Amino acid sequence: MSQKEIAGVTIEVDDSGYMTKFEDWSKEVAAGLAKENGIDVLTPKHWEVIEYIQKEFQNESTLSIRKVGKSGVVDIKEFYNLFPDGPLKKATLISGVPKPSGCV
Amino acid sequence: MAESKEKIKKVSVICAKGSLEDVYAALVMTNGARMEGIEANIFFTFFGLDAITKKKMNKLHTATVGNPAMAMPGGLPFPTILGVLPGVEAGVSAMMRKGMDDLDIPPVEEFLDMINAAGGKIYGCKLAVDMFKLKREDMYDDMDSIITIGEFYEKAAGGQIIFT
Repeated sequence: MSQKEIAGVTIEVDDSGYMTKFEDWSKEVAAGLAKENGIDVLTPKHWEVIEYIQKEFQNESTLSIRKVGKSGVVDIKEFYNLFPDGPLKKATLISGVPKPSGCV
Repeated sequence: MAESKEKIKKVSVICAKGSLEDVYAALVMTNGARMEGIEANIFFTFFGLDAITKKKMNKLHTATVGNPAMAMPGGLPFPTILGVLPGVEAGVSAMMRKGMDDLDIPPVEEFLDMINAAGGKIYGCKLAVDMFKLKREDMYDDMDSIITIGEFYEKAAGGQIIFT
């Protein structure tokens, strides 16, 4: 657990860099986290995915790439293009939700 | 943390066996690599080719004979003699597939689609394709190509090779 400053706010993150308090999340924080992870601009499509992930998190459902692919928000190929190098890990980190624990 | 900071950049998985669990091990590792942003190839050879053969890919079986890890649901020992009865292997395999689906693990064909969509490369082994007299149209449509072992090593260059 450590603290870091992003977009002018102090957030608490776990060892893998995931936010531990969802209430500290904001669009500005998300944009900051995205930049740190190699995504310079969050497009409307990125935001749609982020919204979907946060909704699933609030419904306490387990996220998987398969599920995101079937969500109707993005297909798997597009998901990989939007969040390169580990889409589910990156997208959840930027969305301020915990690191997904599944293997598929 | 004791783990190395250096990330694995590329893996090439060889799937040489056609049982449900062997194929899934290879698919999970390949797809898992892509999920982590690792470049991934999967190479199917010998009985592993069943996983990319249209007629067989969604009907893979797990062995009920000669499988010492086989147990009854609930954990009781599974008498080997049961495994030879007609329909038992098919029933056990169907239960395994159902169990995996409940865990959000896709059927083989969908798993290959996921790997393909994720940018993973799917290859068939030329020698084994010739041996089983398979044609391109018998095989998974989005397979990248049929390659020789030499070409496999070229594609695997600079990464790790995993034999399942």
